[in-house]
Amino acid sequence: MLSKRIIPCLDIKNGRTVKGINFLDLRDAGDPVELAKFYSENGADELVFLDISATAERRKTLAALVLKVAETINIPFTVGGGISSVVDVEILLNNGADKVSINSAAVKNPQLINELASKFGSQCIVVAIDAKLIKGKWIVHLVGGKVPTDLDLFDWAKEVEQRGAGEILFTSMDHDGTKNGFANEALAKLSTGLNIPIIASGGAGTIQHFTDTFKVGKADAALAASVFHFKEITISELKNELQTQGIPVRI
Amino acid sequence: MKVVIINYGAGNIQSIKFALKRLGVEAILSDDETEIMNADKVIFPGVGEASSAMQKLKGSGLDKVIPTLKQPVLGICLGMQLLCNSSEEGKTEGLGIFDVDVLKFSTSVKVPQIGWNQIQNLKSELFKDISENEFMYLVHSFYAPLCEETIGTTEYGIQYSSALQKDNFYGVQFHPEKSSKAGEQVLQNFLNL
Repeated sequence: MLSKRIIPCLDIKNGRTVKGINFLDLRDAGDPVELAKFYSENGADELVFLDISATAERRKTLAALVLKVAETINIPFTVGGGISSVVDVEILLNNGADKVSINSAAVKNPQLINELASKFGSQCIVVAIDAKLIKGKWIVHLVGGKVPTDLDLFDWAKEVEQRGAGEILFTSMDHDGTKNGFANEALAKLSTGLNIPIIASGGAGTIQHFTDTFKVGKADAALAASVFHFKEITISELKNELQTQGIPVRI
Repeated sequence: MKVVIINYGAGNIQSIKFALKRLGVEAILSDDETEIMNADKVIFPGVGEASSAMQKLKGSGLDKVIPTLKQPVLGICLGMQLLCNSSEEGKTEGLGIFDVDVLKFSTSVKVPQIGWNQIQNLKSELFKDISENEFMYLVHSFYAPLCEETIGTTEYGIQYSSALQKDNFYGVQFHPEKSSKAGEQVLQNFLNL
């Protein structure tokens, strides 16, 4: 049976992990390769690297990092953050990334999804969508959630699927960072309305939140950062509990 | 041991190279007929779309070379599918090693299938020390139905062939290079053939 995936997310700036990593047993907690290795050896099903650098050298730094990660780990990983062209994607995939995640560039130029899907295959194109509930409507936001668009989450998600995305990574900005649980109602609507996998993101605080996002939110995968980085939840205890709850996981 | 990964411009071969390196083998990427013919083991990778991959094989004449190989050959993902008779993807013919036609998953399941699924009914040296129901990483929209050459199955809406074998040709739908320790074991078993 296809299992539900648990995906730690690493924020990368100038080739280093940022935002609260508290791994005292690593030699260098800021080294993304070392952290990736730790997670890959401790039950993570996939990893996501989100590059938030704003330097001119970001492409080169990221490409070099991807190569090192690919050399080191034996599970799949996705790279996202500022990807805006076929060339960007080509470099990352050639360096060993399994998938790329595009966000703002897809909203600004939806045709990019078609181009990437036809050139590299849908299976490696993840479209990330950040949305916020405003007056009863889920509105898509850009630039890390700072800039609202006029797009409705569900319309945009449908369009993204039709254009060839292989997967959707949905982050609820209302839930992100709260540790109060995932946006399960919206997730369930996405998951049943579309025929591609949906990754839940934003709001993980407890093991129960993961159980809920798989059972109630019907998510295919769940992504989280700080609960893993601060070892509030270990992946093995999480998966054991999910299994007890009857959710298929890889143990 | 000389291991050649067939390089025909189809997808992510870096990961396979790295996985073999972790097993202590420096594989060679090549599209050269002589180099491929002289290898001890040949890996036939593939990520992407079937008809354009087949075009590339034909363009380089490798479609004629691959079926003549006598050493162990391992097709991975699209590589395995291209070793079949045909694929519904892009309505393309295949290399015809495995006597089965590749089909698209029905929309009763999410397509592509992405993630870790179990392999069952294992019968081959390729799966030595691999337990029934072991998880492997899969990413695909098309599948090979069950057939005489099936040496491993997976369930996704239906039971399909997640591994095939005929003579010296092996094919796996999953990505051993991305399937953690179990995947590395499959690669090691292939190297040991």
